[in-house]
Amino acid sequence: MGEAVAFYTIAAFILGFAVLVVTARETVHSVLFLVLDFLFVAALYVLLGAEFLAVIQILVYAGGIVVLYLFVVMLVNLKRPPEAYQDPQRHGRVGLLLALAVLAELVAIAMWTSGTPTTPMPAAQAFPVTGNTEVVGWLLYTRYLIPFEIASVLLLVAMIGAIVLAKREL
Amino acid sequence: MIDSFVVPLLKILVVLNATLVGVTYMILLERKVIAWAQSRLGPMRVGPYGVLQPVADALKLMIKEDITPVRADKWVFTAAPIIAMVPALIVYAVIPFGPEVSLFGRPVTLYVTDVNVGLLYIVSVASVGVYGIILAGWSSNSKYPLLASLRASAQLISYEVAVTLTLVSVILVAGSLSMVSIVRAQESGHVWFAFLQPMAFVIFFIGGLAETNRAPFDMPEAEQELTGGFHTEYSGMRFALFFLAEYANMIVVSSVATTLFLGGWLRPFPNVAFLSFLGIIPSWAWFLLKSFGFLYVFIWIRATLPRYRYDQLMRLGWKVLIPLAIINLVVTAIVKVMVH
Amino acid sequence: MDTTVHHGAMFDTDELVLNMGPQHPSTHGVLRVVLRLDGETVVDVDVVMGYLHRGIEKLSENRNWTQIVLLTDRMDYVAAATSNVGYCETVEKLMGLEVPRRARYVRTILCELQRIASHCLWVGTHAMDIGAMTVFLYAFRERELILDLFEEFCGARLTYNSMRIGGLPLDIPPGWDKKVLEFCRIMEQKVGEYEELLTHNRIWLERTKGIGVISGPDAAALGLCGPTLRGSGVPRDVRKDEPYAAYDEMAFDVPVGTAGDTYDRYLVRMEEFRQSLRIIRQATEGLPEGPIVGKVPRLIKPAAGETYHAIESPKGELGYFIVSDGKSTNPYRFRVRPPSLCNLQGLRRLVKGHLVADVVALIGSIDIVLGEVDR
Repeated sequence: MGEAVAFYTIAAFILGFAVLVVTARETVHSVLFLVLDFLFVAALYVLLGAEFLAVIQILVYAGGIVVLYLFVVMLVNLKRPPEAYQDPQRHGRVGLLLALAVLAELVAIAMWTSGTPTTPMPAAQAFPVTGNTEVVGWLLYTRYLIPFEIASVLLLVAMIGAIVLAKREL
Repeated sequence: MIDSFVVPLLKILVVLNATLVGVTYMILLERKVIAWAQSRLGPMRVGPYGVLQPVADALKLMIKEDITPVRADKWVFTAAPIIAMVPALIVYAVIPFGPEVSLFGRPVTLYVTDVNVGLLYIVSVASVGVYGIILAGWSSNSKYPLLASLRASAQLISYEVAVTLTLVSVILVAGSLSMVSIVRAQESGHVWFAFLQPMAFVIFFIGGLAETNRAPFDMPEAEQELTGGFHTEYSGMRFALFFLAEYANMIVVSSVATTLFLGGWLRPFPNVAFLSFLGIIPSWAWFLLKSFGFLYVFIWIRATLPRYRYDQLMRLGWKVLIPLAIINLVVTAIVKVMVH
Repeated sequence: MDTTVHHGAMFDTDELVLNMGPQHPSTHGVLRVVLRLDGETVVDVDVVMGYLHRGIEKLSENRNWTQIVLLTDRMDYVAAATSNVGYCETVEKLMGLEVPRRARYVRTILCELQRIASHCLWVGTHAMDIGAMTVFLYAFRERELILDLFEEFCGARLTYNSMRIGGLPLDIPPGWDKKVLEFCRIMEQKVGEYEELLTHNRIWLERTKGIGVISGPDAAALGLCGPTLRGSGVPRDVRKDEPYAAYDEMAFDVPVGTAGDTYDRYLVRMEEFRQSLRIIRQATEGLPEGPIVGKVPRLIKPAAGETYHAIESPKGELGYFIVSDGKSTNPYRFRVRPPSLCNLQGLRRLVKGHLVADVVALIGSIDIVLGEVDR
């Protein structure tokens, strides 16, 4: 009971802040609402019993990625008044189209997965380790090793790319 | 009911109050220690030996005129110092001051809570604290504070990487993320981690200096800088909050260093029965003593060393500390695998 | 200054014009420095001075020769006795007066005490600009000792008016020479303290080595003088090259640097501390008896003529050019060659290519006093 109340409250906050992200006038405000959004998503993870994921969510998303967004937003002058565009309504129309496309996709996925049975995760007893962090670690290094390593290489490429872009002379 | 609500609430009350009082008295401590290092006396007028100086400072800052720049973003301008201060305070939820003791007939643990991802919680909360600085500079709506705040936050997130890597080494040795477990691991291993992981200890300390914008890494807020840094436009209580946040962060770094490297609440040589007379000093007193030692070293360093230039500071963080931390991590991992 | 746009990197950046001063904790007095920055690198610098101009040279034309001693105090207010000595010696040279030996010895002692006091202030402010704030307090503690000595001698701590044409206004009080020797003993230790805090400190080395390098020939061509020039390897010291006061009877060395960077200038001045102590000891122990002021006419009225005389002030070569028309009791023209101004000219050369944080270190390294720069 309490869990349902908590879930719906958190979900309401998440959705509310998401709407504010899109509708805020000032770009920095958008980013700040995004941070709040991520914090509430972390709360949701805690509710699900995934504390490790919650903390990583705050550490990586709220504390790293959004800081990067903030840097970009503050240093790059993004202000262009709506009158500067030839067709000010274009933004709204394209947005609506994209939203409908995503909605269609979500509906299709929902309909397709409700029919097929899901592959069950191995029971908790199947793991040689217990505890949140340990299980995640175990899975990452055994079943999902290749995607993990590929993700690391991807991050490395991104870092090198950033350095190449920013340096004046190599 | 009592155990799940009242006791934690009381603990939070005690911890928060103690922290805030400690933070205000840090101001006096710093002024006194630096004064003594410089063959002066420091504040002496307000109260005996200047002991009431923080009260005077707090009163002064509270009654100062509250100036907000006309075109500053009002909400963010007010929120920035709060965002800087709150993470420093909520970290105390997981710092263990002592083991279970008996208070008023019931067993009470001397920590607010023991989360099984305690150390990561601390790191993540610290990374949110960066927002206070960034937003302070931006909301002042002025070119120089913005640039200064971006520099200060770049310094913070650079050193966060080095510090987190050293924490990973400690986690490897302790085998757990929970703060209480780390202290217990030092107890059962009969050794403080400062001796098992000396390089991690040193890197953590240097990184802690940089994280809290303390000398020799305080270029972003040095008075000789061209502006007052990111808090140029702040006055009165908001300005006070930034500085209190800096001192609170210092105390946090000291507390975490004590817990991770100096055995937390353990007395020296906890397993040697010969020295059990040291048990007269309660566990939380040992914790406070060790944290105080760290704080003293922080202040001592500020009085002694010149300050690094910004590019030298970043170079130190990225080119020296991070490689050393990675090497330390790799060596620790190899040793751990070999031992088991 | 017009700004240029750089097209080297992926993103075009403009140059930024930044103003430092005139009120600023680091520009040692009212000095305005306008920087042209590319990112954080200084591309060019424009030094704006004159905020402390009081018209001392013009005022001198309306004061008689003895009254001008007062005005010379206020130029380099950090080392006032040295300016006094320079002026008095120039007038003595113009008039051909002989200064008794005792007066010359006491002048030497006072000049060297001033050198130590000035270098104390220099090391304190230089270190504080780079962040080592404790050295500031220590150096000023020692400067207080010197100021006490001066107060006992002539009654003032900063602007002494302690010289007269032909000698000194009064003899040293009894026991003063013992106090000076005691001070020398204390100071020797304290210099060791400053060096312990700074000379081998890694952060200090990183902030000063290789910063503001200028070669010997370039420095001489720019007209730099004093420790700023000696740090670049040019062994020019007026005390050795053209001895005045009692310097020809003193044994001392002139420290000379090699690399011409901020660190070498620092080392030169630190060694000058020790050499000054050496001179003070010799002068105090060998203080001859005799009159304190020579045969000076009641009314000082030099014959028509002009002369230039230079001395080695703590900042560099302090020169006075005086023209007398022989008719009035005031000089016809009084012109000072201020070492601080000549060294300040080098700032533009030194600062190019360095970062903003180095500008402050370099202003400290040149050791300027705005009273002297602007007069």
